[in-house]
Amino acid sequence: MSALVSSSLRGTYALLLKDAQSELRTRYAVNALMMFVITAAVIVQLAIRDEQPSASVLSGLFWVVIFFAAMSGLSRTFVSEEERGTSMTLQLVASSSVVYFGKLCFNIVLTLVMNAAITVLYTVIFPGFTVQTTSTFLLTVFLGSLGLASASTILAAIIAKANTKGTLYPVLAFPILIPLLMTTMRATTRALEGEPFGDAGGEYQVLVSYFMVITAGSYLLFDYVWKD
Amino acid sequence: MKLVLSNITKEFNRRPIFRDISLELDGADSLVITGKNGAGKSTLVKIISGVLSPTRGTVEYRDEQAVLTPDEVRGKIGLVSPYLQLYDEFSAMENLLYLSRIRANSMPIEEESERLLRQFSLWEKRHDYVRTFSSGMKQRLKFVFALLHRPHVLLLDEPTSNLDSEGIKVVQQVVEQQKRHGILIVATNVESEAVWCNKRLHLGGV
Repeated sequence: MSALVSSSLRGTYALLLKDAQSELRTRYAVNALMMFVITAAVIVQLAIRDEQPSASVLSGLFWVVIFFAAMSGLSRTFVSEEERGTSMTLQLVASSSVVYFGKLCFNIVLTLVMNAAITVLYTVIFPGFTVQTTSTFLLTVFLGSLGLASASTILAAIIAKANTKGTLYPVLAFPILIPLLMTTMRATTRALEGEPFGDAGGEYQVLVSYFMVITAGSYLLFDYVWKD
Repeated sequence: MKLVLSNITKEFNRRPIFRDISLELDGADSLVITGKNGAGKSTLVKIISGVLSPTRGTVEYRDEQAVLTPDEVRGKIGLVSPYLQLYDEFSAMENLLYLSRIRANSMPIEEESERLLRQFSLWEKRHDYVRTFSSGMKQRLKFVFALLHRPHVLLLDEPTSNLDSEGIKVVQQVVEQQKRHGILIVATNVESEAVWCNKRLHLGGV
């Protein structure tokens, strides 16, 4: 049993490394993500100009950019395998759980990097985007990234098998991500308004639960999605 | 090791491709699957390899009466197929290393990969990106990938497509080695390849 777990962990880590190396060479996802983040942030900045939006509006704009950036980039993990015909190769060498957790880990890393970049960009171009409670903000972005990556991974696996990949992804993702986005926006607003760390305890619980439920459900579902 | 197919049926969109295929193969057997285009040769190979599920029926690999788990089976199968692709952005060697690590293969692959790359005349090109390979070189690399973990069951779908005469000779050597080592299944319509095997399954369409 422990040998099986050990080989699964090694396989998952190897798949994460393979995807990272592949991404560094092909820039399948990073280019799409970065172009969207930069253009969206600049357009928002041009729209706001000198106005001073409220904390809730700023947190909404922050997570809108994250949501659509994720929609443009995170599906690539599975879509690129399907388009290049390498899905079958992966099926031959790895179990469904290794593929799922390898892709999930890669999407988590990608989402964390993307959200860090968006945070830096917002801080630079929006003078009003000032985080008062840093711990709340960082934990919210971290837990939000986990949930976003988890939901995006299973949805990417589903839409990779469909013919209308581009349009289907945000359509499927939106209802599933609404609870996550509502919670992260509320917690981010608290961080921008300077509320104490403990006040967002309910939001943290929702975000942790969301990640665990989506990940567990995805793990159970993945074998049916992954195999033709 | 024994391969047992029981009443395998495959349908796409409720259209049957083939129905109720049953057969048993053991270590001394080699099987050629023939049939016209669209008869389901590649589909049956995918089902036997475990990458495609049958609509009905079962595929079992038995080792001294115990049925192997999917994880155990995965380590015992090698597949060469036109539907199988390797990663263009990696070199030949990187492909073999990454895929071996994902397989969590405990066996060191350095010696075996060198032997196979030399056998298929790819050793000098091992650090070249696969995207620079010709279709024949890609086909040779698929063989190296399929044979690297010394599979008990070797599945070859159109094995000599894109290969030159030198490549075909190497494939013939591999086939002879595999017939001594384990089960061989070949899907082809080329009669010179069909004679490699001692059993034949003709898919006539449904």
